[in-house]
Amino acid sequence: MTSVSSASPAFTGRDPDNRLYGPLPDVQAEAGYDGDHPARVGFFTDTSVCIGCKACEVACKEWNFLPMDDAHGVRDVMGLSGMSYDNTGQLGANSWRHVAFIEQTRTVDLPMPTFGRPGDDRNDTGRSVTDGPNDESLATAQQSSVLNAEALSEFDPQTGQSGTDKQIRWLMSSDVCKHCTHAGCLDVCPTGALFRTEFGTVVVQGDICNGCGYCVPSCPYGVIEQRKGDGRVFKCTMCYDRLTDGLQPACATACPTQSIQFGNLDELQARADARLATLKSQGVETARLYGRDEDDGVGGAGAFFLLLDEPEVYGLPPDPVVTTRDLPAMWKSAGAAAAMILGVALSAVLGSRRK
Amino acid sequence: MTEGITTPGAGWRRADGPPAQKRQKRRRRRGGGRPGGEVAMVEEAEFTSYYGRPIIKPPVWKTPDVPLYLFLGGAAGSSSIMAALTDLTDRPALTRNARYVSGGAAIASVVFLIHDLGRPERFLHMLRVVKPTSPLSIGSYILAPFSAAAGATAAVELLGWFPRLKRFGGVVAALFGGPLATYTGVLFANTAVPSWHAAHKELPFVFGASGMAAGGGITMALSPIEEAGPSRKMAVAGAAIELAAMHRVETEFGIVSKPYHVGKAGRLLRAAKSCTAAGAALTVVAGRRRAGAVAAGALLAAGSLLTRFGVFEAGMASARDPKYTVVPQRERLAAREAGQQVASNGHAPTITR
Repeated sequence: MTSVSSASPAFTGRDPDNRLYGPLPDVQAEAGYDGDHPARVGFFTDTSVCIGCKACEVACKEWNFLPMDDAHGVRDVMGLSGMSYDNTGQLGANSWRHVAFIEQTRTVDLPMPTFGRPGDDRNDTGRSVTDGPNDESLATAQQSSVLNAEALSEFDPQTGQSGTDKQIRWLMSSDVCKHCTHAGCLDVCPTGALFRTEFGTVVVQGDICNGCGYCVPSCPYGVIEQRKGDGRVFKCTMCYDRLTDGLQPACATACPTQSIQFGNLDELQARADARLATLKSQGVETARLYGRDEDDGVGGAGAFFLLLDEPEVYGLPPDPVVTTRDLPAMWKSAGAAAAMILGVALSAVLGSRRK
Repeated sequence: MTEGITTPGAGWRRADGPPAQKRQKRRRRRGGGRPGGEVAMVEEAEFTSYYGRPIIKPPVWKTPDVPLYLFLGGAAGSSSIMAALTDLTDRPALTRNARYVSGGAAIASVVFLIHDLGRPERFLHMLRVVKPTSPLSIGSYILAPFSAAAGATAAVELLGWFPRLKRFGGVVAALFGGPLATYTGVLFANTAVPSWHAAHKELPFVFGASGMAAGGGITMALSPIEEAGPSRKMAVAGAAIELAAMHRVETEFGIVSKPYHVGKAGRLLRAAKSCTAAGAALTVVAGRRRAGAVAAGALLAAGSLLTRFGVFEAGMASARDPKYTVVPQRERLAAREAGQQVASNGHAPTITR
């Protein structure tokens, strides 16, 4: 019987070493690896250059022998989501990469060519990046488009009869397990099937997992899932087998636009900061990094993202917190409640006279 | 393009309609259909989601396995404590019955827990490691000795062997009984399920008190009334604490308290409240009559069982709807930003989200 929980000392008192929550400079050392472990690796997914080709999804399925599933994760079923070009639907036991697809309307601020909808150019001359519209008419158009938000949502895309300044953008983002610094799934696994690798990633050992399912609701991102018919849980391993052989993960290798970048986490973070600065300087004010901040609820993610809208638009939680942050308080409460039972029983017995 | 600078989110909206339509439909249904005329506590919040899909994965725990496990564990835990204490104060019939209840419920709860695993044949993997960060790991180390001790005590009670061993086994079971009844609250709360996690300080009390109501009620119903005084007292106290703690869970947590009121969970919990309150009242009024004790005990047990099912369903509902994940996190972010503005400017911000 061994203990794999290096977080155990956190329960002896306060949490001075951020074992449950907060930034952790060396996550492998905290998990018990010697000083000469490899650097922590990760993914930086730059969604501003994602083209939604789903090569990552295919490469992942091929390499990891993942079964076919439909948009709701039902295994061996072919099915369309019926909501967008996204027919993968979600991350799950059988999909370890998921390219989210969101179609949005309004004016364009992406550093990509804007394109009007069919019919957009009937009423005016058709604004595009090259036109350089004068500021006043643009401002007026924006004003009216804000006021007409409700009318615009009623707009029938096939006709192109209204919404002259209405434009469309596609957001695409390849979602993946975040390999959190403080991973809820890893914390709550009772068997030790989930473990921290020498690369700082989080991996399930299939021969240990007994399918208790506790990790499933404990992930604040809804990544890990039980595979029906198998009973065990599965999720992205960041291609642990490839890493140990000095290869990149399959998805990053397959990505044709370098939207998925793999590397040492600190290098990726520097690259992401530079990329964000570039986009901001180009006027993309909505660009933001997600999972980059080491002070966030999971101590920073091993796989982080550059997003162009709020996280929840992509199906990501806006402020995820590892559930075990509050576990000391919970254990205290359970202890108090157990003492309460004992006290009530004791006073009930002592307070009742045998008749 | 300048929109990005002037408008938050650059004014982008989802191009296709479903979320808006869905929201309208939900409003309409809420207005008309809900029985009981309960007042909605929280206004329908505006939020964005990815095609209305849940953000977190709902638990894969099966019902009725897990709610039954919680109920049996609670009843077994409180009964074992009762048995150990009454054993010392010469109440042989009550002691015997409490031992049967705790032993039987402990064994049954182990069966339900193992049956719930995706790979039941690997249940011993639970005892590979000890992890204080995993309530299920700690729970396994509570349940394993408890069920062994309580089961053995009930068995020797039944067979009439080794009277001294019986007392020892009963005391061992009682040591683990309290934690067994309350750790399940931590088990639920230590997830990302919004309605469970928010109530993480209350759930152990709800489950512990509910266990007392069930254990007290069942042993009261089974035992001669002249011996069952302690059971009656524990049952009434448990019911009162359960109702009070559950009231906090249902009202204190804003939007994530809502799943406890609506739908299947709301119906189950309203029924639970009625049963528990009626059972406690009946215990006080008619607990010293045979029929009254049996009826009250049955009501209390039913109330405890319904509470577990209700809490389980409320958590499932809160996990399935992205609203309960997004809205509280947005509020948290807004509060943090407001706090930062206060810190940096020295005065309260005029604009929140």
